[in-house]
Amino acid sequence: MTDRSFEPGQELPELKVTPDRYLTVRYAGASGDFNPIHIDEDFAQQVGLPGRILHGLWTMAQVARAQTEAAGGPHALKRLSVGFRGMGVMEQEVVVTSKVRSVDEDGTVHVDAEAVQSGTAIVRRGDAELKP
Amino acid sequence: MTPDADAKPIGKTYPPTLYAVGREKVKEYARAVGETDPLHLDHEAARAAGYADVVAPPMFAVVYCSPAMGPVYFDPELGIDFSRLVHGGQEFKWGPLVVAGDEITTTVSVKSIEHRAGNGFFVFESVSANQHGHTVSVGTWTNIVRETA
Repeated sequence: MTDRSFEPGQELPELKVTPDRYLTVRYAGASGDFNPIHIDEDFAQQVGLPGRILHGLWTMAQVARAQTEAAGGPHALKRLSVGFRGMGVMEQEVVVTSKVRSVDEDGTVHVDAEAVQSGTAIVRRGDAELKP
Repeated sequence: MTPDADAKPIGKTYPPTLYAVGREKVKEYARAVGETDPLHLDHEAARAAGYADVVAPPMFAVVYCSPAMGPVYFDPELGIDFSRLVHGGQEFKWGPLVVAGDEITTTVSVKSIEHRAGNGFFVFESVSANQHGHTVSVGTWTNIVRETA
């Protein structure tokens, strides 16, 4: 394992992922969230959406994954809070960016993060605490 | 009874639910969110790293919390209009990692309810503990219900 050091202002590696058109179906099955706005095109349009939208918690999981991959594994993520905004769609790239805000004396790393799709932050005010 | 300012069920706590973490469920979830770390996908690799079985990604918390959260959203005392519900924000704090074979008990309570600017803000807290009594996650679930047309 390589040493991982974090400094304020440092940008963590970007995570880029393009959800395919069946992603929400797989995530619905995996998570148990079968809200039809995520899996039924007709229903989504009937309630005024452009079509099926991503689960916010799937997008949050991408923000979480960006942190655990940067910090060396799942043990390192101690806290994550996010706000959801707008809606994510399939077949368009989601980019997670993360930047170290501060590092405590005990080594706890505070990170600001967001997930952007087509220029819009769909997860914003991401605030992560890492203990690499 | 109609909900009013004096009858907000702040602090109301729902019955705990038990979730048994299965190896294939962890793997299914890990694949759905794009995890590539073998700790989540290969029990031999997880064991070689010192874990009893595959490790649940931190956000797997939404899976083991799900049976506890469901009844809250449909609680008639809260009167949430599901068709106007938006997930506004989410926080998790994590303790020890969850691995396949763990049994997770989750208790949910109503943390706050506020009405402002035509929206209702319902905040719930989930506390999840493993079979050893260690708190594996505390979740704060912020939901917004649009109350004006």
